[in-house]
Amino acid sequence: MSDNLIKPYGDTLNDGVVQLSFTLPIEASARARKAAEAYVAKLNFEEISVAHYKKIADGFTYFVVYARAIPVLDYNHIQAQEVESKGMDYYEINKQIAEKFGRKLNVVGATIGTDAHTVGIDAIMNMKGWDGNYGLERYSEMNAYNMGAQIPSETLLAKAIEVKADAILVSQTVTQKDSHIRNFTEFMELVEAENLRKNFILLIGGPRITNEMAIEMGYDAGFGPGTKPSNVAEYILTRLMEKQGLSR
Amino acid sequence: MLHLPLEPQQIQRVKTLAREIAAQVQDFIDLHSSDSSERTVLRLYGVDGVTEDGVPLPNRLVELLRESRLIESGVSRAFAAAMIKTGLGASETAQALHEGTIRFSELKSIPADLVINKEKELCQRAISLLDRSRKVKREKAQKFGNPSYPWRYLIVASGNIFEDRTQARSAAFSGADVIAVIRSTAQSLLDYIPFGATTEGFGGTYATQENFRIMRSALDEVSQDLKRYVRLTNYSSGLCMAEIAACAAIEDLDMLLNDSMYGILFRDINMKRTFVDQYFSRMICGRAKIVINTGEDNYLTTSDAIDKAYTVTASQLINEAMGHNALLSDDLLGLGHAFEINPKIKNQLLYEVSHAQLARQLFPSAPLKYMPATKHKSTDIFFSHVMDTLFNLVTIATKQGIHLAGMATEAIHTPLMQDRYKSLANTNYVFNAAADFGSEFQIRPDGFIAKRAQQVLDEAEACLIKVHEVGLMQAISEGQFADTYRSKDGGKGLSGVFAKAIDYSNPILAQIKAEGMME
Ligand code: B12
Repeated sequence: MSDNLIKPYGDTLNDGVVQLSFTLPIEASARARKAAEAYVAKLNFEEISVAHYKKIADGFTYFVVYARAIPVLDYNHIQAQEVESKGMDYYEINKQIAEKFGRKLNVVGATIGTDAHTVGIDAIMNMKGWDGNYGLERYSEMNAYNMGAQIPSETLLAKAIEVKADAILVSQTVTQKDSHIRNFTEFMELVEAENLRKNFILLIGGPRITNEMAIEMGYDAGFGPGTKPSNVAEYILTRLMEKQGLSR
Repeated sequence: MLHLPLEPQQIQRVKTLAREIAAQVQDFIDLHSSDSSERTVLRLYGVDGVTEDGVPLPNRLVELLRESRLIESGVSRAFAAAMIKTGLGASETAQALHEGTIRFSELKSIPADLVINKEKELCQRAISLLDRSRKVKREKAQKFGNPSYPWRYLIVASGNIFEDRTQARSAAFSGADVIAVIRSTAQSLLDYIPFGATTEGFGGTYATQENFRIMRSALDEVSQDLKRYVRLTNYSSGLCMAEIAACAAIEDLDMLLNDSMYGILFRDINMKRTFVDQYFSRMICGRAKIVINTGEDNYLTTSDAIDKAYTVTASQLINEAMGHNALLSDDLLGLGHAFEINPKIKNQLLYEVSHAQLARQLFPSAPLKYMPATKHKSTDIFFSHVMDTLFNLVTIATKQGIHLAGMATEAIHTPLMQDRYKSLANTNYVFNAAADFGSEFQIRPDGFIAKRAQQVLDEAEACLIKVHEVGLMQAISEGQFADTYRSKDGGKGLSGVFAKAIDYSNPILAQIKAEGMME
């Protein structure tokens, strides 16, 4: 495979132009401007131009800088694990569940820990759904239980056991100080401690969640912004078929 | 001048409905108190500090009172008796009760007249704390210079009070009139107030009395430098509404987020608990001249901002009525609303002007708290910055009171120092460029904006009629607000609510009530 070397595009291929803005904890002055330039040079840029700088507090200066990036990247070496979707719709998914399983699938979801954000998990689970795409509660071939927010990990797992869940949906919105990572990890440890990992499809989601992150933490998949309920329903269907050795 | 052709009779009607809805809730409130309301009494009597296990003494004492099965009479008289018994000050007496050298159950022999005199003395102390705060704030506003509306309101949320202080100074430097310290993620569910200066919070910084003091004193220095009074706000919400109001009054805070329903809807706190606590907290705010900010803006994050715009109006009317019941004057009613319509909607701006102007005219003397777009903010920070420009225009054109500056990075993280700077640069620009915009234009009486406002008001009236019929508690359990359903006995904190006994006493509440609204 030949190299596919890339750089940021400004107005000419491979000019490397990047815009940056940041604050330094120093008083605004000609020297501060020099410091910004020197700092950006350390980041591996050239032709650095401090377009704007301004005092934003005693001892703090804000900068807008243009510069050309030096490094190139071989795009052929970049891999990302996206959740695959064939774009199945509500009707197709219901039909397939009925055909392949002959029973309704059970799905439990919650926002765990002290996070009180419900809009994301509601978008996926509640009747109404998201952006004109029906939520899991609406699926005739699913029993969906949305427990809401501020749910302790133990409570979510207990509910999943009670309703014999096929899939558990865990949502996290607050990410400050990596609180989402902590909560996801805690939930996973709980599931593993009970020796139940293989019983469930485990999905996570939220505005700062990626599929890679999910896989790294031992979940089946992760869903970020713009996820539609049908993406999640399709994933549950195909993953469950895979787990049970059913053909597509 | 921007003006909607609203019918005065209809405004009368909706205000009457709201008053009657609030009166029904007040009947419940008057018969009940809560653990946190009792802890508030202790704080205002001078009980502070924590036990060797870190339990705040007000919590410890109310627990002991419960164990002695005396809670229904309130803590006031019992604590007054304990002070007579020890002959010591409030803190030492609290310590003695904690250590068990004296017990609430062993104070019956103390003569009633002595106890009542002691109680009066303690109550005087409490009231004078609140009165002092009211005066101090008035003097500071005069001394430093009082900014005109709209006040530019900026949030800090680093989790570390010392870092917050740096960020607050920076925001004030760029033009902030109000600094809000956002609370740590789970604080509303704590049934106590953490103690001391804190440096570890998530999505915000713990509200503690010491943190209040640190920030207020930093802002006093800033006000001195800038010759402009910079106000401070925090959250009187969750399970400790009234206690936080008390700490805020003691430390001369200027504003508090304080809503009669927010905790119920967005934190699943029991509604009876919330209604009882919000009343006492607001009585404190009224006496100490703390502006409250209500939380209607939040409804539009879980409901659609066009379909459910009327819930904001209905809730503002209820919050106003409940505020008046708690003796809040109009200048303290920072009723909330927001610029939360999906930017893809055609004529979004006209809808927003219509809604904002409706609020302006329904509550002409209230410093309305206007919130920026949040839910529809994009992770494309440049687009979000542009959205804020329109928001800023609506604020200045419709003369809002408290302007929460929108952040370009809203959809990503709690604001960085430079985010606040950019936001204020935008706000300052628009407020100046469009300073008299609202005075130069008229609203077409038969146009889109006027019709839309009329529709919202009609829908709000219909909503209030329904709420009036079933009562506010039932209406909330039917999902009337924020599309969120909460049952009367569900949620957190109900076990801390109790019916007052015949000999219940809370002289602080009684005196504030007897002396009426403050000038
Ligand atoms: C609405 C909102 C609120 C509402 C929440 C109401 C409710 N009932 O949910 C209220 C006002 C209550 C609120 C409170 C707080 N909030 Co808030 N809030 C937001 C806001 C404006 C929008 C979030 C939202 O609803 N997005 C719309 C939904 C549909 O998108 P989504 O969550 O990404 O969901 C989609 C996908 O991610 C996916 N998905 C989501 N979950 C899951 C789960 C699974 C399993 C799957 C498959 C998919 C999936 O599907 C959805 C549809 O596509 C954001 C800012 C923003 N614009 O993002 C801040 C924001 C999220 N909040 C924030 C903060 C800090 C808070 C508070 C902690 C503030 C405080 N200190 O009090 C509190 C929370 C307290 C607590 N205990 O958690 C920060 C988070 C910062 C961070 N990165 O950590 C943000 C980013 C604002 C900011 N810039 O500071 N908030």
